[in-house]
Parts: sequence; structure tokens; C-alpha cells
Amino acid sequence: MTAAIEMVDVLEEPKAIEGRSPFSLALRRLRKDKVAMISLAVIVLIVLMAILAPVFAAVTGHPPNEQYRDLGLTPDGLPRGPNGTFWLGTDDLGRDVLVRIAYGARISLLVGVIATAITVVIGVVLGLAAGFLGGITDTILARLIDVVLSVPFLLVAIALVSVTGPSLTVTVLVIGCFSWASVARIVRGQVLSLREREFVEAARSLGAGDRRIMFVDVLPNVIAPVIVYTTLLIPVVIVTQATLSFLGLGLPPPTPDWGGMISESQNYYTTAWWFILFPGLALLVTTLAFNLFGDGVRDAFDPRADRT
Amino acid sequence: MAMFLIRRIGHGILVLWLISVAVFALFFVAPSNVAQTLAGRQGTPETIALIKHRLGLDLPVWQQYLHFLGNAVKGDLGYDYYHQVPVTHIIGQALPITVSLALGAAVLWLALGVFNGVISATHPRSLADRGLTLFALFFYSFPSFLLGLLLLYFLYFRLTLSGFGWFPAGGYSPLAGGIGPWFQHLLLPWIALALLLAATYTRLTRGSMLDVLGEDYIRTARSKGIRESRVVVVHGLRSALTPVVTQFGIDLGQLIGGVVVTETVFSLPGLGQTAVTAINQQDLPVIIGIVLFASAAVVVANILVDIGYAVLDPRVRLH
Repeated sequence: MTAAIEMVDVLEEPKAIEGRSPFSLALRRLRKDKVAMISLAVIVLIVLMAILAPVFAAVTGHPPNEQYRDLGLTPDGLPRGPNGTFWLGTDDLGRDVLVRIAYGARISLLVGVIATAITVVIGVVLGLAAGFLGGITDTILARLIDVVLSVPFLLVAIALVSVTGPSLTVTVLVIGCFSWASVARIVRGQVLSLREREFVEAARSLGAGDRRIMFVDVLPNVIAPVIVYTTLLIPVVIVTQATLSFLGLGLPPPTPDWGGMISESQNYYTTAWWFILFPGLALLVTTLAFNLFGDGVRDAFDPRADRT
Repeated sequence: MAMFLIRRIGHGILVLWLISVAVFALFFVAPSNVAQTLAGRQGTPETIALIKHRLGLDLPVWQQYLHFLGNAVKGDLGYDYYHQVPVTHIIGQALPITVSLALGAAVLWLALGVFNGVISATHPRSLADRGLTLFALFFYSFPSFLLGLLLLYFLYFRLTLSGFGWFPAGGYSPLAGGIGPWFQHLLLPWIALALLLAATYTRLTRGSMLDVLGEDYIRTARSKGIRESRVVVVHGLRSALTPVVTQFGIDLGQLIGGVVVTETVFSLPGLGQTAVTAINQQDLPVIIGIVLFASAAVVVANILVDIGYAVLDPRVRLH
């Protein structure tokens, strides 16, 4: 009996070679990419900092918007450098830079993730519709994509925010409503060739409707470029949000966010280096980590990048 | 080719028209208090009504739009609300600054991007390749305002403090005032812009160069005993540059309305900064004028890119 079982085990050995989907292959490549993995670790740290922002406030004992006019400012009313009480120094109003950076991470990540999600959903749905349905739908959507891609995005974003007044919702919507076009264009291009393939014909002959074919059969085939684009879009969105804040169109004060902090620090960069350095560093490290990670994701999904 | 051009130009005009409708609608839906601002604190309702009438703000929105459109077709974009200066004149004054900024930066980022891309592609996966990719991504990750402030800190503030007043804190000096001051005022903004954009070009050049260097005709060229540098530059780079040229056209078109931040940081009164000022003052004709002009730049650049593509690559047929 035992021998028989052992026999079976031996016979089943070759089964260890399993079929791997392109997705799991890409994931394997990504896991071997040291730079991408380090970047991912940095991203996780930043996310932790955002989640644990209240802990920063509790440990230092400084709420993010508390102004320490005596303790946090020099007798001349200038920001104080890093010291035992304020680890990364204070800003022009005597607030704790470290705690504000931690809270600022929440805004950057929140906008980065939500605006990117909106962008990708709109872009994928409209790109799918344009590429798959064709005809008048495609004509209208393709024109719409052209319009959005031709508009000077930052100018119109500034104009929109100045009309509606700055808020988190407006920032997210403005970014989402203007960035979807590039996603839609990528998806549309892919779908245009996919819809001529046999598996679409097969699905149709089995009685599947347009919507089912679009989302169940075609969509999985465009997921790879969308994933790559999404990871590279997050840092762009974070920078855009910071840019709007820097131009005074971010979140209304005193909400801490990185672009706004850098903007406030402009008049002090000759006297208080920490005030601009640390928020700037936080922003740079975040975008760099996302870009390096996105770069790794792109290489991992690139069929030409076989590293044998 | 002619049919292609006509269709593309038709599309372009359609796109611009849609943008004009959208921008117009946006600002007329929003509450406007321009007349109030112009009338000042002591403005009586009569004065405000008179100002509104003079600016045409008392007409229904669609009439205002038709009026605007009728003039725009003739190349007249209206007058600014505050000083009654023609918008075309305002654009004409700001444009040379933005163009100087964009073109100068373009020279730098093309040189940097293509050079680094070729080095990366000829030594794939080497230390130089990794280093250059990291260098490019590092600056690509920089928010433009942060990079601008950093350059100002080190190359203006620190340097001037050490007695080397090579760079001004910002502002613009027209070419007419001598090429030296013009260059001096623009060098930092050029560097700031070029470092940001070079990354895209490094990646593009590297990718397409790697593809091209794997082609048969490159092997043929090598086997004929042609020097490696000649193979790379003359045979390889020439065909590898097509996507770079495409991207270059698109970027240049977008920069006309897209250098808002760089212009703000370096106090350059170009199109971007003019538009931001106009937005803050709700100076509608100027905003619409600049947005339309910048969009037109993108549309024209895209058409030129398509034509350039056909010229560069004989396999492409336009139809």
C-alpha cells in the first residue's frame, strides 16, 4: 500500500510544472526586482505614516493645527529649527512640521488614490465603449478625447478651482475629469484590434451581448497596460494636487498638505531650511517611490523584458 | 495627403470650437462680480449696470457667445476687462517669453534625453544604464515648483551670498535688451524645465534605440566593418528618433499653455502667468483667449507631428 502511494507521488512529480498566467509571471518578475520592492516598502511606510498620523500627534503632544506662538517661534517670530520638542522644526505659525507632514500624507495619498481610481474607471469604460461599439459612439468619444487632450490642463484646472472655490472634492474631480482621456485612448487602441479576434466572435456566437463581451471577454485583455498606466498615474496625480496647493488652490487652510506647506515656506527658505526641506522631501520621496515602483511594474508586464 | 490635411484641420477647428463653448459656459455659469470690482466700493447700482452694459455682460449668454465667436473668427479675441487692451495684444506680449522658455528648454532636454538614451541603449543593463535611468526618474519625480525653488536656493541665493551673482532671482529680459541678460534670466528656468522633461526622452530614445539596434540592417552595417560609433549614430539613431520627434512636437505644443508653474516660480510674465493673473481677476476675455490659443498650439502641433511622421518614415501613408 505504502509503496503504491509512493509510486503515485513519484508519478505526479511532473505536475509541479503548472501553467502560469501572464499576470502571475509578471508578479514573479516584479518580486525579483529589487528596486521595485524597495520602492514598495517605502510606499508602505508612507501609507503607515498617513494612517498613524494621530500617533505622531499623540507622541509629540502637538495637534497638527496647534500654533505654538511662544514655544514654536523665536523671539523674532521666526520658525524654530529641529530640536527636542519639535523634531523637524516649526513653520511660520509655530506649528509642528513633523506632525503636519504626517497629516499631509493623508491628503496626498487620498487624492492620489481616489483621483486615479476615478480616472481609470472613466477611461476604461469610455475607451472600451469607443473601441468596441465603434460607429457614432466612437466618433463622439474620440472627439471628446481629442478635446480633453488639447485643453491646457493646468490652466483650466486653476480656472475651475477658482470658480468653485478650493476643496478636496473639487481637486479630485478636476484631476479625474481631465486625466481619463489618456487612459481611454490607450484602452480604445487595444480594443480596436481585440474586437476582431476570434474569441470575441466565439463569445458572440454563444449568444453573449455587447456588455458581457466588453467587460467579461475584452476587459481582462487590456488590464495589463491599464495596471502599468495606473501605477505611473498615481505620482502624477500627487504632483498635480501638490501643484494646485502650491498655487493656492489646494485645500483651505489650516488643513496640512505638502504642496501648501511648501508654498507657505517660500518666504522663509533663506532663514528656515527645514520648513521647505522636509515637506519637499516627503513629496519627492513619495513620487519617486511610486515612479520607481511603476517603472518596475512596467518592466514586469513588458513581454520583451525576459531576463533569462 | 491633401485630404488628410483638410480632415485633420477640420477636426482641429471642431475641437477648438468645443473648447470655446466649454470655457465660456464655465465662466458664465459661475457668479461673476467683475462689474462690482470695476465699479469699486462706492459703485452705485447704476454704475454697475452701466459697466455691465459696456462689457456686454447684460446680454443673454448665448448672445455674448455668438458675439465672441463672430469676432474670434476674424482674429479678434476681444478686450480685457480692466485696461481695454486687445487680448491678441496681451497674448502677443506674453508669447515670446513662453516661446523663449519652451524652445531653450527643448534644446537642453533633447540633448540630455537623447544622449543619455543612446548611452543607456548601447550599454543595456550596465551600471551606466541603471544610473542614467535612475537620474532621469529622479528628476521626473520632482514637482516642477520644488525643482524651481531648489535651483533658486542653490544657484541664486547661495551663489549670490558667496559673491557670485550669476543668476537673477527671476523676471525676464527681452532679447531686444541683449542676448546676455536674456540668457542669464532664462538659464535657470530652462534647466528646471529640461530636467523634468528629459526623463521621457531618455526612456523613449533608449527603448526605440534598443529595438533598432536589434534590426538586421544594423548587423549588416556592423559586418561591413563600419565603426561602431557610426553605426549607432548614423544608422541607428536616425530611425530611432521617429518616436522622439513625435513626442517632441506634442510636448512643445503642450508647453505653450503648460509652463504655468515654472513661469510662476521664476516670475516670468509669459502666457501661463498672464492666464493665472486673469483667472484671479475673473478677466474672462483674457482667460478664454489664452486657453483657446494654448489649445490651438496643441492642435497644430499634433497635425505637424502627423505630417512629420510621414516625412520621416516613408512607410507611413496618410489617408
